[in-house]
Amino acid sequence: MPYPASMEESKRKMEETRAKRLEKGLASRVSAEEREVLVNKFHPDFIKEQFRELRVGPNKGSRTPLEIADLLEGNSRIDPDKIDLAGIDYDVDVLVIGCGGAGGSAALLAEENGASVLISSKLRLGDANTIGAQAGTQACDRANDSPAIHYLDVMGGGHYVNVPELVEALVTDSPDVIRWLESLGVNWDKEPDNSYHELSGGGASRRRMHSCRDYTGLEEMRVVRDEIRQRNMHGRKIDWLEFEPAIELIMDDQGQVAGAILMNLETRRMRIVRAKAVVTATGGLGRTHIQGFPTTNHYGATADGLVLAYRVGCPIVHMDTMQYHPTGAAFPPQILGFLVTEKVRTLGAELVNCDGEQFIHPLEARDTEASAEIRECKERGKGVTTPTGEVGVWLDSPMIEIRRGEGTIRRELPAMVRQFGRFNIDITKEPMLVYPTLHYQNGGIVIKADASTPVPGLFAAGECEGGVHGRNRLIGNSTLDLFVFGRRAGRAAAKWAKEVELGKLTLEHIRKWQREIKEAGLEEMPVSPMLLPNYANQERPVPGFQPLGQISPYTPFGDRAIRWI
Amino acid sequence: MTQKTKVAEKVQMLDIYVMGKHYQVPEGLTIQAALEYCGYNLIRAVGCRSGFCGACATVYCFKNDPQLRYALACQKAIEQDMYLTQIPFFPVAQALYGVEDLRPEEGENRLVGLYPDILTCFGCNNCTKSCPQDLEVMEFMSAAIRGDYEKVYEKSFDCLMCGLCAARCPQGLRPYVMAIAARRLRGAYLAPTSQHNLDRVKEIEEGKFDDEIGKLKEMPGDELRELYAKREIEPAL
Repeated sequence: MPYPASMEESKRKMEETRAKRLEKGLASRVSAEEREVLVNKFHPDFIKEQFRELRVGPNKGSRTPLEIADLLEGNSRIDPDKIDLAGIDYDVDVLVIGCGGAGGSAALLAEENGASVLISSKLRLGDANTIGAQAGTQACDRANDSPAIHYLDVMGGGHYVNVPELVEALVTDSPDVIRWLESLGVNWDKEPDNSYHELSGGGASRRRMHSCRDYTGLEEMRVVRDEIRQRNMHGRKIDWLEFEPAIELIMDDQGQVAGAILMNLETRRMRIVRAKAVVTATGGLGRTHIQGFPTTNHYGATADGLVLAYRVGCPIVHMDTMQYHPTGAAFPPQILGFLVTEKVRTLGAELVNCDGEQFIHPLEARDTEASAEIRECKERGKGVTTPTGEVGVWLDSPMIEIRRGEGTIRRELPAMVRQFGRFNIDITKEPMLVYPTLHYQNGGIVIKADASTPVPGLFAAGECEGGVHGRNRLIGNSTLDLFVFGRRAGRAAAKWAKEVELGKLTLEHIRKWQREIKEAGLEEMPVSPMLLPNYANQERPVPGFQPLGQISPYTPFGDRAIRWI
Repeated sequence: MTQKTKVAEKVQMLDIYVMGKHYQVPEGLTIQAALEYCGYNLIRAVGCRSGFCGACATVYCFKNDPQLRYALACQKAIEQDMYLTQIPFFPVAQALYGVEDLRPEEGENRLVGLYPDILTCFGCNNCTKSCPQDLEVMEFMSAAIRGDYEKVYEKSFDCLMCGLCAARCPQGLRPYVMAIAARRLRGAYLAPTSQHNLDRVKEIEEGKFDDEIGKLKEMPGDELRELYAKREIEPAL
């Protein structure tokens, strides 16, 4: 028996109502007005005391989550007076910071367009949120679909604050992204008639989610990574450094971004890279655990790119909005916050409360689903409590087999079957307990359609940029965003590198930054970028010990029996 | 936001050995979290923390049981008397190819061409035993020897490329890098062409949708909202 006795009664209720729920069909859709009310009342983006206005920098006055404001207002990790920029270790056309889907595709396209490329990766090449993306990639390539229909879905999903030019780029590049990835060797799921196997998703009005089982991001990432390695082995001008993140950007005396300072995480030695163009593709920020939420994000998701860009004067947009994925695992505690792909709901699983009632259509946009779950648990008291004190609602996965036939789950969701199976939960027969988990930063660095930022020489792609998804991203548009703007950034950066004349390298912007925060009385802020969370148990350190990462308030083992990992 | 790091009283403590040193850690942690509980701030051998990236592949045994076992440290709960470590890096040499070199030719086994040493597999099955994804690695190695690309794709698809199979192969074979070549070959050349996608790419290049999108981009917010509310939604199921 995988679920403890205390949860069994509720599970039984849920199983008893299953037949009736199947007969009744999916809950009705919420109207636009209902959505606004629900989201404004229950979504974590609307909890006032969890935000503050930035006190320095290009976004001074902008409402920002506390955890991110601390990083954006942080102290530099370097002392500009002690760094000699004459000792250049790498001199390249394009430096790509980060190597998930966006950084990887930017590097490939920059190289194809004649640039010499260096990738700085904080972890291994390809260790990124991309690899954990499961459900798929949206692309409007079926006959009943069009870029215009996709455009409307994205704008509506994002509450109409998305930047139209960026949405246009996203949707019009989408079919070509699928084609490009296939040409590199990505294995998309296909139908017997050779068309792509495409599913629907929350907030999507057409079936346009292209998948590779439920390992879509893994398949995309390992192919892109392999391509980078192969080009390098062929002597093409593309190289990378692992465990060497950028800790500050370098500028020139003309106000252009001109490289970065990297730090080897193990030896803590630095390297100086001069680059004619820099692409930040550093991904998201889940490991800052905004508002104490667990996260689906990988270990390095600490908002580094935002900090780097902010310090060279680059504005950010929509930073007050995060995506809480509606279905993070709430049980077992070992995988708390772990992503349960939306594909589970796409395939026909419903969200059900402790009394066995379906309380929301399973394919609303993510902010709506998450808000409805919070309402169910916090206001209506209809959540299910686990032995470690977490609360969640049921995700009735066995319905998938009833709706779509036996074997569907194993075929479509092998990762989910395997991962819950490791904890003795057979999701073909048992439901999962879920609750919102910190998943995605909707906003980020301001870019134009070619992925250039307002700061000359700086480009941004993927989760670290903003404006594409407005205040809420739809399923399958993140992996799409990576490759659309990654490829655009690679092309634009290579072009820029051909044309630009770099001046004298300088770190004057860091001196200026330090003066600004001093004047604002912010000298006590932590150093940033954060680089890694520090989950190490802090009992009895050697006095004076300086840990590499910021000590996280989240230990693997807190005052509740077991904390998230 | 401030959480005390005290251990609840009822929780049972387990004895584990991290790279030979004895520690007591609370029951229920994963191997990865247990290392952090012991004070390690991980840099290598940690990645997605969700079982997708393969960075935390690990080999362990028990104090009184020499049998080596394999897991992802972020996915395996600790047990009493585990002897633990993580594998920070494992060297691998890959065959040289471009995706254009992968195009299969009749009567020629591309995989043996790239990795001729796969023919020396003598079927010890250590690769399969070491796979933390429980893949039948030896089976897809046999399929590769036979030139059955489809089966290599099918059987290796859930591979995280953690490298444990190569670490344990007595012949020095590297099943996981062979398999990605096979999968890329299959994806790029053997998977059927989805014409509807290519058609749409062409339509977009020709500007077929430019006017429509142009209109939407200029449309006042109210009209856009109305259009959105009224849009037809294709049934999901």
